[in-house]
Amino acid sequence: MAVMQKKGKKELPAISTSSLPDVIYMILFFFMVSTSMRDQELLVRYKLPEATEVQKLEKKSLVSYIHIGQPARSMQAKWGTAPRIQLNDSYKTTKDILDFVAAERDKLNESDRAAMTICLKADVATKMGTVTDVKQELRRANALKISYAASKSLGY
Amino acid sequence: MASNKRKVPEVNSSSQADIAFSLLIFFLVATTMNTDTGLARMLPPMPPENQAQEDVKVKERNLFLVLVSGGGSILAGTQNDQQPIDLRQLTDKAKEFILNPLDSEDLPEKQDKEIELPDGSKWVYPVSQGVISLQTTRDTGYQVYIQVQNELTRAFNEVRDEVALRKFGARFSELGEGERAAITDAVPLKISEAEPRQLKK
Repeated sequence: MAVMQKKGKKELPAISTSSLPDVIYMILFFFMVSTSMRDQELLVRYKLPEATEVQKLEKKSLVSYIHIGQPARSMQAKWGTAPRIQLNDSYKTTKDILDFVAAERDKLNESDRAAMTICLKADVATKMGTVTDVKQELRRANALKISYAASKSLGY
Repeated sequence: MASNKRKVPEVNSSSQADIAFSLLIFFLVATTMNTDTGLARMLPPMPPENQAQEDVKVKERNLFLVLVSGGGSILAGTQNDQQPIDLRQLTDKAKEFILNPLDSEDLPEKQDKEIELPDGSKWVYPVSQGVISLQTTRDTGYQVYIQVQNELTRAFNEVRDEVALRKFGARFSELGEGERAAITDAVPLKISEAEPRQLKK
């Protein structure tokens, strides 16, 4: 017993931090695997509608996005608050959708072109008139596979 | 040579954590985590412009009209029998329309169709000829539209689940790819989205 007490009076050794980099690397790899690169800056604000029967969009490389919503806060001084359509990195009108779809289609492999999906990300407050105009343009551009973006909710 | 006997000093690795931290922070900032979810739809192809657009004749009993007005109220029913309906009733109404369980005269007819199963055998299923037509006005809100689309999708999914349970003894989502295709053939997702209706003056 006396020996034990003597040992207790000694100073505690410092906690080794040599495995800290390993821990951080583990977190890093987790984030590298589970996330995807932010590919475009959003110029519009939207709140997606909620739905229960949503499906996951598979193969992100085949998906092109059309954003519809109010211009972002910093852009409102110049562009107002009326809903706008964002294609790539700028505001566009429905007339540009034809070119946009053609450009997006050209980026894909020939074998993947039929599977190209357009993801419509529209704000809940958008009127169907705007959405229908976009849909008509998409039909004209022969981009028929679409997905109405919605976040998953648990129902009523 | 005395200098050769000297040990090479170890590389100081105390800053490795800092490097890892800065990499981690870069990835935290530059990436997004959310996976996109949504309601998948196929748009009908655009008819050729020089061709006179003829209305496809669909029998009255095979058509289920859903009209969403600007105010968000829903009218649903067959052509001559449209009633205002609550969003929550829509799923059951649509399901009844798709299934036509009692083979009623007012609900869509069915046509026997041979569907090939993944194991090579044939399966004859009476496929409903019904089409759900979803109409909106130009000032209908997107929120209501998605909710209605969601209810209709739910109706189709529930019917597919029922058929899959009866045929394969498992839910639609638990089936393999071949079985899933068979069920999709048996219960096709027939939602026609007409162009917005101009309000009659």
